[in-house]
Amino acid sequence: MTKPNLSVKDLHVSIEEKEILKGLNIEVNGGEIHAVMGPNGTGKSTLASALMGHPSFEIEKGEAYLDNNNLFDMEVDERAQAGLFLAMQYPSEISGVTNSDFIRSAMNAQREEGDEVSLMKFIRQMDEKMDMLEIDQSFQHRYLNEGFSGGEKKRNEILQLMMLQPRMAILDEIDSGLDIDALKVVAKGVNSLRSEDFGCLIITHYQRLLNYITPDYVHVMMQGRIVKSGGPELAQKLEEHGYDWIKEEIGIEDETVGKE
Amino acid sequence: MTAEVTFPINKQQLESFSNDRHEPKWFTDFRLSSLEQAVNLEMPKPDKTNISKWNFTSFGINANTAAGTSFDSLSDSVKTLVGEEKDVQNLLAQKNGQTIYQAVNEDLTSKGVIFTDIATALNDHEELVKKFYMQDAVSANEHRLTALHAALVNGGTFIYVPKDVEIEAPLQAVYAHEGDFGLFNHVLIVAEANSKLTYVENYISEGSGSEAVANLVAEVYLDEGAKVSFGAVDNLAETVTTYTNRRGQVNGRDAQLYWSLGQMNDGNTVSENTTYLMGEGSYGDAKTVSIGRGQQSQNFTTNIVHYGKNSDGQILKHGVMKDRATSIFNGVTKIINGATKANGEQTERVLMLSDKARGDANPILLIDEDDVTAGHAASVGNIDPLQMFYLMSRGMNRTEAERLIIHGFLAPVVDALAIETVKNQVFHVIERKVY
Repeated sequence: MTKPNLSVKDLHVSIEEKEILKGLNIEVNGGEIHAVMGPNGTGKSTLASALMGHPSFEIEKGEAYLDNNNLFDMEVDERAQAGLFLAMQYPSEISGVTNSDFIRSAMNAQREEGDEVSLMKFIRQMDEKMDMLEIDQSFQHRYLNEGFSGGEKKRNEILQLMMLQPRMAILDEIDSGLDIDALKVVAKGVNSLRSEDFGCLIITHYQRLLNYITPDYVHVMMQGRIVKSGGPELAQKLEEHGYDWIKEEIGIEDETVGKE
Repeated sequence: MTAEVTFPINKQQLESFSNDRHEPKWFTDFRLSSLEQAVNLEMPKPDKTNISKWNFTSFGINANTAAGTSFDSLSDSVKTLVGEEKDVQNLLAQKNGQTIYQAVNEDLTSKGVIFTDIATALNDHEELVKKFYMQDAVSANEHRLTALHAALVNGGTFIYVPKDVEIEAPLQAVYAHEGDFGLFNHVLIVAEANSKLTYVENYISEGSGSEAVANLVAEVYLDEGAKVSFGAVDNLAETVTTYTNRRGQVNGRDAQLYWSLGQMNDGNTVSENTTYLMGEGSYGDAKTVSIGRGQQSQNFTTNIVHYGKNSDGQILKHGVMKDRATSIFNGVTKIINGATKANGEQTERVLMLSDKARGDANPILLIDEDDVTAGHAASVGNIDPLQMFYLMSRGMNRTEAERLIIHGFLAPVVDALAIETVKNQVFHVIERKVY
């Protein structure tokens, strides 16, 4: 199989007729981990949500391809079937549906009828991944995200990522609200997926996650587009010097987008 | 000026029906006086549902059912509910009020547990039945339908659990209905002090649909420290008009009553569920779920009435509405003066799958005591698009995602049903009704 490729060109996205992304370009290949950084309100999460097909966002212009699939021609589930995954910042709570029933249904949704994952295999995989993420067994029987702490929800997103093994994952602020131990566990999970068949886009506004997941590329977003790209050293520089030097470099005062 | 009401059975016929069943004289007299009352009493007036045109009085009186004894003679739909014969422990199956199969674990009998049909109980345990039957929880003279019920009762079950006896395996009852028969089923449960019981009942329709009436009453009496779980799945056909009245009299201190009612009838239905929390520290938990579809009109009312100090009542009502169905969901928490430190909470949620359906959620708190806590939450709405987005982002298509959300929404009752075969059956009922 060819290496996965996510290619986003001149993307413009609005919410409630307010333009948030204003011509964003990015390309992620299998084997690569990209970090998109930037202060709050610069459009980072909009990028993640729009690519997955969040119902609140309108695509105004531009294109996004995963391999040869035009994402914006596809339903949300078709994008997932094509190999796209979004670890959400605020995953929904779904009462009455147990975590393990949900994950199993999701795994089977990506397989042909008659080729469902066997119960034994499913249990074995769940046990293995839950061990790695230091998740308590009771997690399986709790209702999906209902009453989960912030940290539990994030771990659950990573658990799904590991169980579903997508070709291309977007992690939307998966580090927010995590203590350092949880952060290490989440990083261990993501690092275990590293391969030529897996590309990853990490959205974060803290550098600290990148101490544990070393990105190949770092991008800085301001005013709804990527204003600077570099290697891991860019993240280091942001940690030391903040974002002001970039604002000066490109000559802006307010980095946010779509403010009232 | 009300029109003259007529019933399919007159006084003489009723008397001979009662005599044929060898019923005690007090019971026959009670039937006859109730029949008289039924003529003059008003119909019940469920809040926000007009039932004046519904048929509650025209039905067949011949059960046309032979008493059966063998497991093999049970219909497939009954077998689906009870599983395989070797797994059956405590079961009472009736069709049009006639017992067609019965099994009771010997261990229970030796402990003094009674689990039998109401006709047998009237003969073998007359005094026990007389002490409770339509005494406190439900009265014959409430309105025409309770009076008709008292007059015409023709099926049902009596369960008695002696003091300190804890029954682990659930007692199961299946009430099958067929044809135009008017089913007047009465379930009477008496749980003595510190006893424990789980009971699960199913109402099902068999054969092709004729217009019929089901007038169903259940009474549950709990003494001190008793714990009863009452599960039910009502699944009568479109042509059956149903009046269901399930009431619990939680008399004893610290007694606990749990209702898990799956209200899956396809016809017009009035369903009332009332829990009287009399005992100090008593607990009542009433969960109901329902699906409305087609043109059916339904009214679901859950009452919890607090008399006991420190009593705690919890109401949960979830309804799924599709097609052009109408349902009214009333939750009433009533706290009587003197019921200090009582706590009453309720939630009503209605999920609308069609914009032609109608669902009303009415949370009502009637509180006549200052020193209490109470709360309610109610909502009527469509499936949350963000939940759909989340599930679909994991590869499930729209239908599959909706299905998961709906099953989850109905899970509070489905998961609480103590019998695996019943859970499976209700899962399939939900699938059939929603898709």
